[in-house]
Amino acid sequence: MNLCKSFLSVAAISLPVLVVSTLVHAAEPEVDYQKQLPAAPEGQITFEPPQERDIPDNQYGDMVRKGRDLFVNTQQLRGKNVFNGQNCVNCHLDAGRIASSAPMWAAFGMYPAYRGKNDKVNTLSERLQGCFTYSMNGIPPEAGDETLVAMETYFHWLSTGAPINQALPGRGYTKLEKPEDGYDREHGAKLYTEQCAVCHGDDGSGQEVAGQVVFPPLWGDGAYNWGAGMHRVNTAAGFIKANMPLGKPDSLSNQDAWDLAAFVNSHERPQDPRRRNQESLDSTANTFHNHDGFYGKEVEGKRLGDHDNYGENPGVASK
Amino acid sequence: MTKTMRAALSLLAVTVALNTGVAVAAGDTARGENIATQGNGAGALACTTCHGPDGKGNAAAGFPDIAGLNADYLSKQLHDYAEGTRKSPIMQPFATALTEDDIQSLSAYYQSLQSPVSAVAYRAPDPANQGEWLALRGDWDNLIPACNQCHGPNGMGVGNSFPALAGQHASYLKGQILAWRNGTRNNDPNHLMKGIADRLSEQQISAITEYYAALPEQLAGQAEEKENR
Repeated sequence: MNLCKSFLSVAAISLPVLVVSTLVHAAEPEVDYQKQLPAAPEGQITFEPPQERDIPDNQYGDMVRKGRDLFVNTQQLRGKNVFNGQNCVNCHLDAGRIASSAPMWAAFGMYPAYRGKNDKVNTLSERLQGCFTYSMNGIPPEAGDETLVAMETYFHWLSTGAPINQALPGRGYTKLEKPEDGYDREHGAKLYTEQCAVCHGDDGSGQEVAGQVVFPPLWGDGAYNWGAGMHRVNTAAGFIKANMPLGKPDSLSNQDAWDLAAFVNSHERPQDPRRRNQESLDSTANTFHNHDGFYGKEVEGKRLGDHDNYGENPGVASK
Repeated sequence: MTKTMRAALSLLAVTVALNTGVAVAAGDTARGENIATQGNGAGALACTTCHGPDGKGNAAAGFPDIAGLNADYLSKQLHDYAEGTRKSPIMQPFATALTEDDIQSLSAYYQSLQSPVSAVAYRAPDPANQGEWLALRGDWDNLIPACNQCHGPNGMGVGNSFPALAGQHASYLKGQILAWRNGTRNNDPNHLMKGIADRLSEQQISAITEYYAALPEQLAGQAEEKENR
């Protein structure tokens, strides 16, 4: 527990930031996405979500459990709302509870949130739909769908006692200062082989056993798409530093985490779904990708994102 | 869901499980069986002497269950014993006496034996069951990931680096966790197990090792219950 506390306070001091998206309909992507919320405040992480043994034994509790199960086993929606090999819990460890990986109890009270760029107040449902569209390369459930109700009920329960509309220390991912000399993909590749490939595979496709995803794909068709927050190098660096390799948090230097993030995120992945309504790769990149990422950039003689591969996503709304 | 549909699905799950288990193993299975039952005539005794006729090992003696173990994983362990990077006074002389061909054949043979677990359906763990909770959810207050996050659903093992835990004898599992803790075993990739072994409490070690040892029986019981429902 001491180890955990000191680890968490380090995470708090480094100003976690939540990457935020706004609603983007499958059919009609809107212009805004991923404008970041203001930085989470510094300070000791004091909030503790309730224990699962205390989920009440009533209809509310049943919905909490349903949401929890969707969160840790999101693959149950594969082919319906999820079109890649990801589960929510891959990037929000411990079922969305721990402070180093964008905990749900810190996100819940921040919505609805006004996003200036699309001049719209976005609800938690809309934020969740964004996760489905990008991180899950999927088709978001419609507002009011029981999937969203269940997940929001789970978040609501996790946030028991947390203040509303007040940024909490521990929100989002750890912000890592970008190294002065930038990042080094080649060094990232070396580190990947040494420390990551044992789980995620040499080709980044992860590992399955008996048809179940165990280690999530990091690039390729099974990975988060070019619109997901995790494709940003800064976001991935923060996640990696605080959480990877699993069981060895904070074992990599800041530089290593950036180098690894750059290596992982400079591989092909399913197309940004907003590209469907854009004229060109350039316009998509100029409109949506003014951040630390490789979309539209040339890597090893090939321009990333220059394709019409949307992975398994059929590009039609689900019912 | 109808009963037939459920039966068909579980049959499907088993087939998938078996197919993935039978990954490419380079060695000659028949030759492996021969060495396993009779030794190699060059110093390596029959594996069955300690690991039993079906590779199931011996709980009292702490000899591991190696039936269905991934061939690459087993082959690495045998090499490590021979080179002394995994220490075992019992295994070292036998591993040293095996040729490369012997190791490949034995690994292929043991992989071909049936592993104890194949069911993989997601089920939420019971917070009151400490072993089950550790296996499926971990203990993140102490930075311990869920065991199944690396060892796979039901601890059935993943790829060539994360061995199956389900059905493994608690005595053996406990011995390995303690060996990582005190440094006598350190051949894990990227030393992934070391920190986890350090952070597990004595009580957690008992709970988790007993959970995995009893898991195949528990799963069989659940399947039966479902069928009778």
